[in-house]
Amino acid sequence: MVPKIASPQFHSWLPFVTLLRKEVLRFMRVASQTLLTPIITASLYLFVFGATLGERLSVLEGFSYAQFVIPGLILMGVINNSFANTSSSLFMSRYLGGIVDLLVTPVTPPQFILAYTLAAMLRGSLVGGVVWVISTLFAELPWTSPLLAVLMAFLASFLFAQFGLIAAIFAHNFDTLSMYSNFLILPLIYLGGVFYPISILPAPWENLSYLNPLFYLIDGFRHAILGVGDTSFVLAFCVSGGIAATLFVWAAWLIGKGYRLRS
Amino acid sequence: MMNALEIDSLSKSFAGTDAVKGVSFSIKQGEIFGLLGPNGAGKSTTINMIAGVCRVGGGSITAFGYDNQRDYRFTRRLLGVVHQEIVIDNFFTIDQALKLHAGYYGVKDDPAWRNLLIKRLGLGPHLNKVMLKLSGGLKRRFMIAKALIHKPQLLILDEPTAGVDVELRHGLWDFVREINRQGITILLTTHYLEEAEQMCDRIAIMNHGELIALEKTHELVRRLSSRRLRLWLAQELLHVPDELDTYRPELSEDGSELLLCLPPDESAGDLLKQICALGLDIRDFETDQSGLEEVFLQLTGMREGNDGT
Repeated sequence: MVPKIASPQFHSWLPFVTLLRKEVLRFMRVASQTLLTPIITASLYLFVFGATLGERLSVLEGFSYAQFVIPGLILMGVINNSFANTSSSLFMSRYLGGIVDLLVTPVTPPQFILAYTLAAMLRGSLVGGVVWVISTLFAELPWTSPLLAVLMAFLASFLFAQFGLIAAIFAHNFDTLSMYSNFLILPLIYLGGVFYPISILPAPWENLSYLNPLFYLIDGFRHAILGVGDTSFVLAFCVSGGIAATLFVWAAWLIGKGYRLRS
Repeated sequence: MMNALEIDSLSKSFAGTDAVKGVSFSIKQGEIFGLLGPNGAGKSTTINMIAGVCRVGGGSITAFGYDNQRDYRFTRRLLGVVHQEIVIDNFFTIDQALKLHAGYYGVKDDPAWRNLLIKRLGLGPHLNKVMLKLSGGLKRRFMIAKALIHKPQLLILDEPTAGVDVELRHGLWDFVREINRQGITILLTTHYLEEAEQMCDRIAIMNHGELIALEKTHELVRRLSSRRLRLWLAQELLHVPDELDTYRPELSEDGSELLLCLPPDESAGDLLKQICALGLDIRDFETDQSGLEEVFLQLTGMREGNDGT
């Protein structure tokens, strides 16, 4: 026998907490893909550049190559996984139709963005954190300004979580989505100074590197850890913050409008 | 008492094609309301606009006094929606998904209510299965549980029994009647017109994006369906008397059986008296009344083969 059905009490914070929980559960359920794989990939990079080639290379005076490359590898893990989390989750919801389950609920656009973003930042931070722990086997980092380093890592994570949301909204299929990753993010990371300081490049390439937004994130993060960088920390932070804010406003506008989400 | 749903001049276009053209209707609290129409009539677009899946093109939708665009946080928590397409998240088990869905609506998990839904919809043995491993019927039942988990006041069922077997359909409709008796208003679309006739207090019929009928179910059927009088004659009839032409007579080849259509305002008794007065010798007779299906086919013009559901 079904009892009399009365409206239950509404808790305005609960839709956000639930969506965040769902997003975290989602990537934890496939942790072998979402956490283990990127950690193994980063560990291989550490092994190659930290323990083998690294001993024969020196690109920054006063630091081993392993010390130079580790901040870039940590941030690469943060960036790739923050992007992958929001982009794959939202795109799959769109592609498989599950997004309608959210569209009919009282989840507000700010709650939607915040939940997806925080889950992506958590995944990015977990990968980045584990890569850092493994990196201690190869080299000790000086951690000149640990708080600023964490701030830069969060900023990178936030920025790419927004970019992932935008990519998921505009992507037509899985191929388009992987193109963002393979043909945009990956080259920008590799050319953004993860493996070398841009100051060792010939003049035109060095100047071009200043147009790469990833350079500022990587250089700012490395600057906070090693105490030296190709540009000032303030400039790196401001440029990265400006890009993050722009992408956030764009993502918020798209989701607020329901662009390509609601017909 | 305010209406559960008020729709005023609702319209929607897709790429220049009008899918819904100025539709207006209201649903009273506690009602079971049927929205019928052939494929492409605009039913699902209307329902998607009510639910929030689709942006409102023009006009307004008010649920329990709240505007569904301005006050969407209030309206959406009062609505439960069973979508026409199966919508599931393959990452989660039934149990996890039901708990998450209550939370999306800002409602704390109520184990007693959740367990009741699980029991009544026969989901108990499958609670720890991920969605991917559920049969089609189980997915449908799960979708109904999901739509009810936050105790909505208006349940929208868009073809909830499409593709499910007869036994499950009957079970689902019994459950829908039961929750309706406990205070939940129902808006449903279905292709099973017999079920709509049995379930719905009122029925609206849409065609080509317009509302072409809206009445109490029995009145709609009574007003628009045709009653027929079938006579078996003691003596073969060669010609039908001209006086019966208005009843669209159909005489069998051997002249022993005559079929007449009765207008809604005329009784079978009066017609029988008239036939006797014409000298026809009646051996036996029966009357029948066509149902909602006949009305639906007439109104939508589908009997002439204009469209198919």
